[in-house]
Amino acid sequence: MTDTAAPDGIGLAESLLDDDSTPDVGALQVLRRGLAISPELKVGIRVTIAMALVAAVGRLIIPITIQQVLDRGVLGDDGYRPGFVWAVTGGAFVIVLVVMAAAREASFRLVVAAEAVLLGLRTRAFEHIHRLSLADHTESRRGVLVSRVTSDVEALAQFTQWGAISWIINSAVITGTLVVMVAYNWQLTLIVAACHVPLLPFLRWVQRRQFAAYSLVRTRVAETLGETSEAVAGAPVIRAYGYAAPVRERLDTAIDNQYRSQIRSSIWFAGMLPVVDFFSSLSLAAAVGVGVWWSDAVDVGVGELIAFLFLVNLLLQPIAELGEVLDQTQTALAGWWKILRVLDVPIEVEEPDAGVSLPAGPLSVATTGVGFRYRTGDVVLHDIEVDIPAETAVAVVGETGGGKTTFARLLARLADPTTGEVRIGGVDLRRVDPASRRAAIRMVPQDGFLFDATIEENIRYGRLGATADDARQSIEQLGLGGWLASLPMGIDTVVGERGSRLSVGERQLVALARAQVADPGLLLLDEATSAVDPETEEVLAAALARLAVGRTTISVAHRLSTAERADLVLVFDAGRIVQRGHHSALVDVPGVYRDLHRSWVGNTRQG
Amino acid sequence: MFGALLFVLAAVGGAWVLRGVTDDLIVPAFGDGQVDGGDVWMAVAALVGVSLLRGVSVVTRRMFLSMAEYRTQRDWRRRLLGHYLDVPLRFHRSKPTGELLAHADTDLVQATMVLKPLAFSVSVVLLVTVAVVSILMIHWMLALIAVVLFPALVVLSQVYTARVEAPAALAQQRVGEVSAVAHESFDGALVVKTLGREREELERMWEASDRLRQARIRVGRLRANFEPVIEALPTLGVVVLILIGTWLISRGEATPGDIVLAATLFGLLTTPLRIFGFFLEEMPRSVVSLERVDRVMGYPVERRGGSGSLDDGPLAVLVDGLTVRHGDHDVLVDVSFFVAAGETVAVVGATGSGKSTLVESIAGLLDPERGEVRVGGVDVVELAPGDLAAVAALVFQEAFLFADSIEENVGMGLADPADVTAALEIAHAAGFVSALPDGRHTVVGERGQTLSGGQRQRVALARALARHPRLLILDDATSAVDPTVEAAILANLRRELDTTLVVVAHRVSTIRLADRVVYLDEGRVVAVGTHDELLERGDYRSLVTAYEAEGA
Repeated sequence: MTDTAAPDGIGLAESLLDDDSTPDVGALQVLRRGLAISPELKVGIRVTIAMALVAAVGRLIIPITIQQVLDRGVLGDDGYRPGFVWAVTGGAFVIVLVVMAAAREASFRLVVAAEAVLLGLRTRAFEHIHRLSLADHTESRRGVLVSRVTSDVEALAQFTQWGAISWIINSAVITGTLVVMVAYNWQLTLIVAACHVPLLPFLRWVQRRQFAAYSLVRTRVAETLGETSEAVAGAPVIRAYGYAAPVRERLDTAIDNQYRSQIRSSIWFAGMLPVVDFFSSLSLAAAVGVGVWWSDAVDVGVGELIAFLFLVNLLLQPIAELGEVLDQTQTALAGWWKILRVLDVPIEVEEPDAGVSLPAGPLSVATTGVGFRYRTGDVVLHDIEVDIPAETAVAVVGETGGGKTTFARLLARLADPTTGEVRIGGVDLRRVDPASRRAAIRMVPQDGFLFDATIEENIRYGRLGATADDARQSIEQLGLGGWLASLPMGIDTVVGERGSRLSVGERQLVALARAQVADPGLLLLDEATSAVDPETEEVLAAALARLAVGRTTISVAHRLSTAERADLVLVFDAGRIVQRGHHSALVDVPGVYRDLHRSWVGNTRQG
Repeated sequence: MFGALLFVLAAVGGAWVLRGVTDDLIVPAFGDGQVDGGDVWMAVAALVGVSLLRGVSVVTRRMFLSMAEYRTQRDWRRRLLGHYLDVPLRFHRSKPTGELLAHADTDLVQATMVLKPLAFSVSVVLLVTVAVVSILMIHWMLALIAVVLFPALVVLSQVYTARVEAPAALAQQRVGEVSAVAHESFDGALVVKTLGREREELERMWEASDRLRQARIRVGRLRANFEPVIEALPTLGVVVLILIGTWLISRGEATPGDIVLAATLFGLLTTPLRIFGFFLEEMPRSVVSLERVDRVMGYPVERRGGSGSLDDGPLAVLVDGLTVRHGDHDVLVDVSFFVAAGETVAVVGATGSGKSTLVESIAGLLDPERGEVRVGGVDVVELAPGDLAAVAALVFQEAFLFADSIEENVGMGLADPADVTAALEIAHAAGFVSALPDGRHTVVGERGQTLSGGQRQRVALARALARHPRLLILDDATSAVDPTVEAAILANLRRELDTTLVVVAHRVSTIRLADRVVYLDEGRVVAVGTHDELLERGDYRSLVTAYEAEGA
């Protein structure tokens, strides 16, 4: 958990997605960038703004009516003129109705536009997160990523539901009021404007501080969500071990941090408006003083001055209202900024424009000088050179952290090597068409994650356009028909979140069928043979053997038996291949493999 | 309350000052051309003074409002998340994680919005009262307009609130759906990548977001219909007021300043009313969110009596007539067997035979439909959950690690470091842990060093061992560990630990270590006996030897 007491410090940002830094960014900067990536907003925006401007006129109608009626209907030289009064007020009445219709239109148009923007932003951020490298994913907490497309977008949604309309209408009112003020008396308007000048640097400063404070709130919200998702995911352990108390403590700390950041942000929120209001009142007082004292010099009449006062007062209202929505506005800006930052994280795996298709059938694998380094600087692979003919069964062994899994991931292009080149089927992997790559190279990760859908759907996810028949066929091809028949709902069994309603072994069966349906030429198995109960193990071993037929297989192995059966064993240590060859050739040679093998066997003897 | 009073005072005061300025300063000044310097300064002072008053009132109101809102949010969040920790496991297995996240986040934010209007309404009611009284003091005819207008506004708001409720509820529900999709999708990011399903996942997200968009637009349409009307009504009132006001002026019953004041007061009301209107709109949504949160809060917490107490030493387990249901399906039917203190018993059965349900029931995580589980002679239902957890440890097949150091994951701040060391040693984890960059202080879990499945299982096992359990239950907890290492670990367990051991096992080597075997099939105990005795049965033999051919 991160430090709480440094709103202006640079946080321990390990990942851009999870960063804790509080940016020195202006609202306009966020707005400009935000609008640039949301073309949806531009659709019909002119009409909407025009409507909003008309709506704003409604707020100006009253002072003008009062001025006209007082000056020319009652206090004028002709005394009380009922006809004139009726005409002016009647006109005002109609205008108010027109304005009402315009406001309705503007409001509706704005909602439609805003929702389109939110949809675009949410899906764009979602898409971007999925395109990020796996390294970025493992470095950030799921709860934080989720908060980027939910909580942060919702902050923006809250704002669009009323803050946005308020800003458009009130800006229009302020502009309109100023125009009318100039029309009445430019000298007094100048005085009023001059009174507001000292505010500008102040507002700029406050806005930035405020933005930083609200940004911190977004960070804290994401942290709370991170803790929450952990508490939910770890529910079984927490219960079985009576860990509720420490977990509660962690949750409470996160919640308290969030609360403190919110309170700090609200101080900025509460303090800003009165300062603005003070300057506006000062300008009102100045206008009265000057207007009365030097009425001749500034050329003002009584009705005019009254109307002018009304106008200055009118200026206060939109400012007050904007003050009310400022809280939301800053929350929205901060959320928006967080989303923009996600979109800023570079996509490391760039797909080629016109990719090369991989040949059908088993694929050869060759790497030259492949190295990999995380963005944080940790080097995990050095100078990997392999040349694996098609249809070879390879076992990759070594201690955890030796680079086995990273090696397999590079072959699936879940990340690109920082140096060197991977050639699959003779083609540089970077030049391979993504659709072809996904069909021809299939990785089966160790955790066998399934989507909360039926088994059939999960298998069909293995290949775009796979049909129900394809799913059944791959089940048959792997000899899983008997197992499937043992499930009450068969292939229509809904597997639950992450596949939790199936056993670990059963999940792997589905994962294998999912690979089979794609008919890959290169199969990457990450520890796929572990964690399975015996009857499933038997089924699984047979399925795996069938799946491997006619394909190149590279298994990240944690088992002796896998290594013994393989055509080729690659021994990884500290990011390098230190030994290679058949098990029988390696097992008696001094080296990492022999040690590894001895520790396996040694453990048995110890037992 | 004080803030609200100040606010009203400042607002109405401002209007009165404006009238004073109009009638006593501006009109006479233009009338006779005489300007009294003192009067001008008075006016300036009054205007600025009112502004200061307003400033103080705003700061006070805002601070109290924010405090109230955030504090309530914090308290509710604590209670809700605390509840997540208290409800039975059954609850978690029935809800997608993403939805639970949405409850704790957007739902609570929306729910506490209900507080704003509550606090603000005091101001508004006061303001309306004071304004109406002020107008009444000017002229009764002008007050009449107000008396007609404001109830109309209230009725209109009511109608709006009633109509927007259902669509607002739908929108909020769809926020939860979006959250669920996002969570599942990011959770399975690796698989999404390996399958190349980004486009389809995007499609799914797009659909969920689009449903949310449509629901929001429906709400927006209602708002667009009502809000301008609510906003226009006071303005229309002012127009009528001007009409009547001028007539009154012509009859000498009112001054221009009176009209300015009355119009200002009306204008004064529109802003708070508008803001109040915004809040009123939030009301139905807040109520809906509150209901969503309440439904979760209403999920009953396990009521466990703390009446039972346990003896020292290894604990015996008696399962008696145990039946457990999931939905409408009996997972365990009338299961009975006995494990003596210090004994090692293996639970063997095919997938779906109810092994996990059985051990979770023994650990007190599931409530039985019928029958009972007695640990150390005490019905687990009689034990406080913490009491059972303190003496019994269940290790799951899927090792869950917190985003924290290995030491924290094993000890959780409850066991002392020496116990952690010993536990890592027994679980055969000490070796690889010391090879990690920061040793046992290496952060693992979501954001940390990634461990292999077998390593995670060993850390999880160490977590159980560090607690010196008197009943240790392993639910296939070493399945991802290499068989040879597994055998070594189990031998360690038997040698080092003075405990009763219940182990869900598949490998013959493990089963052989057990004193007796409980053989489950389709939720029923088919046989209990030593491994050799059970081998007489054809079905048992074919089940366990299936693996023997392959492994060990």
